[in-house]
Amino acid sequence: MSSESIALGTVIESARPIGERLHDWVVTVDHKKLGILYILYALFFLVVAGIEAIIMRIQLIVPHNHFVSPQTFNRMMTMHGTTMIFFMVMPILFGFGTYLIPLMIGARDMAFPRLNAFSFWMTAFGGLLLYFSFIGGNGLYGAGTAPDVGWWAYAPLTSRAFSVGHSTDFWTLALLVSGIGSIGAGVNFIATILCMRCPGMTLGKMPLLAWLNLVVGGMVIFCISPLTAAQIMLCIDRYLGGHFFDTQAGGSAVLWMHFFWIFGHPEVYILVVPAFAFVSEIVPVFSRKPIFGYPIMVAATIAIGFISFSVWAHHMFTVGMSAYGNSFFVFTTVAIAVPTGIKIFNWLGTMWGGKILLRVPMLFCIGFLFQFLIAGLTGIMLGTAPFNWQLSGSYFVVAHFHYVIVGGIVFALFGAFYYWYPKMSGRMCNETLGKWHFWLFLIGFHLTFDFMHIPGILGMPRRIYTYEPGRGWELWNLIVTIGAFFQAAAILVFVVNLLWSLRKGEPAGNDPWDAWTLEWSTSSPPPDYDFATTPVVRSRRPLWDLKHPEDPDWKYE
Amino acid sequence: MSSAAYTRTTAEPEWVLPSRGRVGMFSLIGAESAVFTIFVVAYIFYIGKSVAGPTPADVLELPILSTICLLSSSLTIHLAVRALHQAKVGAFGLWWFVTMALGTIFLVSTGREWHHLIYDKGLTVSTNLFGTTYYSLVGLHAFHVTVGLLIIALAMVFTLFRKVKPEHGERAEVFSLYWHFVDVVWVIVFTVVYIIGR
Repeated sequence: MSSESIALGTVIESARPIGERLHDWVVTVDHKKLGILYILYALFFLVVAGIEAIIMRIQLIVPHNHFVSPQTFNRMMTMHGTTMIFFMVMPILFGFGTYLIPLMIGARDMAFPRLNAFSFWMTAFGGLLLYFSFIGGNGLYGAGTAPDVGWWAYAPLTSRAFSVGHSTDFWTLALLVSGIGSIGAGVNFIATILCMRCPGMTLGKMPLLAWLNLVVGGMVIFCISPLTAAQIMLCIDRYLGGHFFDTQAGGSAVLWMHFFWIFGHPEVYILVVPAFAFVSEIVPVFSRKPIFGYPIMVAATIAIGFISFSVWAHHMFTVGMSAYGNSFFVFTTVAIAVPTGIKIFNWLGTMWGGKILLRVPMLFCIGFLFQFLIAGLTGIMLGTAPFNWQLSGSYFVVAHFHYVIVGGIVFALFGAFYYWYPKMSGRMCNETLGKWHFWLFLIGFHLTFDFMHIPGILGMPRRIYTYEPGRGWELWNLIVTIGAFFQAAAILVFVVNLLWSLRKGEPAGNDPWDAWTLEWSTSSPPPDYDFATTPVVRSRRPLWDLKHPEDPDWKYE
Repeated sequence: MSSAAYTRTTAEPEWVLPSRGRVGMFSLIGAESAVFTIFVVAYIFYIGKSVAGPTPADVLELPILSTICLLSSSLTIHLAVRALHQAKVGAFGLWWFVTMALGTIFLVSTGREWHHLIYDKGLTVSTNLFGTTYYSLVGLHAFHVTVGLLIIALAMVFTLFRKVKPEHGERAEVFSLYWHFVDVVWVIVFTVVYIIGR
């Protein structure tokens, strides 16, 4: 597409009344608009849940603090966890997937565009429902507003007797509704990737991002569904007087734990595999080398997908399972580190001997590599039952999973933002602000989550709203809280950068990074129809073939 | 830059991809199987754990007739789809109607069974664990039958208005996958609830 027609397009766009343009966004079924809606929605909740985290950290900065009440602390803790998992990381990953998959496989839209819109609005409605609890949750005087049962909501805390009022109902309905949206997105991912590829793009020639999102789609449909089923059971218990998790009538609280973690652990991989996908696209481009070990990367991802469904009870070692049960889950948990380790070596192998360009997306990916490695190592420590008995339920666990989610997933996400922002907006992100964002976030991250391991080892339990002085926890909590403020400052720089670059950033052109996948062959931002003519590919790097007709990839693959 | 990395040449073999309707439906069936698995596991886990009566052996009777109706509706929907593929719209309408009738008989007999259990035997969701798990599992399946019947009824209306054409064969076939899945689930529910659990 020529630059004049793009300019013409923008003129026509800005001449239309604002109401009409907003209406377009509400009724759209276009994968690019829905992708951006997902991302903006998730960024909003990133800020909201970040504020909840800051409230918790201020409360814990010194012993015997009275910044918030214990009840408020429980609400902040529950809302922070639930929001970050279900309404921040998942939608943002679906957003990037929805935006990028059709562009990367040379399609004009997802397989089911209306299902795509349905999935987004279900997710959005779920988030609204969760936060409406602050207003509407007060079903009974003094019963409290927002959910306060923790993000895994163990029985019998969720029963009518212990959760009076409507707060838990809002929690369960929000997850039920957004879960249906997620399943729709999973179905759509699979159908799009299998059925919409452009001619020549066999499964072995797909970009790794498409491959990894195919695995994510498969995991979503098999792992969100158990959560949906468990939420239906909880609704039956709470509304119809059922006894699924009612221990007085013979029900089992442990069954809820199993059902929750059958969802809960594959969920971790649903979140991290798209992060792997971003890194697998960004690292080669900024190392100026093709990805090392493509088939092994695919195989390792599929292995992770399968094994992730057999590790859930490592969250439950302290419940008291049999020795055989413990051994099995220790074995599978340690086994899943093998394909994950293979991936880390492959990214390092891609960088090895490459001409590494330390632009902002690459900085975030390098941060991801080191931090995800450490997160994996503490994961193996916690996956070993005897060690787990000592540290389960302590701040060590909190530090570990934040290392995975922030140090791994969020770092890769920021890399993806800086990498694909030019494609989505047509303008480059500011590099200086980007570096400020990176270094502030890196310092904040390490201050918070490195030092959070130590009070955990010293015995500080998670989810407490305050603590006694003189246990050796004060200094560590102070450092952790200071780090949280560094992270907040970094997020502020990030948001400023996004807004500033939207107006003032350098025009990006079609292909600012000299990259190799199909999304860079169309204009930035892409036209409504993505590609004027359906592309045909012959190798994993179609744009390399186009730029180097004398030495194309398909001769060697 | 051109938006096509390569222009298509006629020498290359034809590019064939799987049908998105079938892939989408199989994915949905995968998700639904996981939902049913959780409910079946809960049912099996709670067999015999109720602290008060009534027990399954006291109140449940084998729903033979409705089972035969539902399972044979799989055959009739298959015949309907085959007729549509062969452009026999009349035969399609007939078999489609029979499918709808068989599904309705199943649903009505489930309703009669529940009425009997609630009013004559005093078993409700809140009576005991058996009631909770029984109504949840059978109800979840009946919900899926209901959704299927609504879609069948909609297509039946289209047929009566002569809007169904042979080119809709693939859509009917994709829907029939769902209907077959609902039947397979009933085989499992029947085995677990009426044979193992009784």
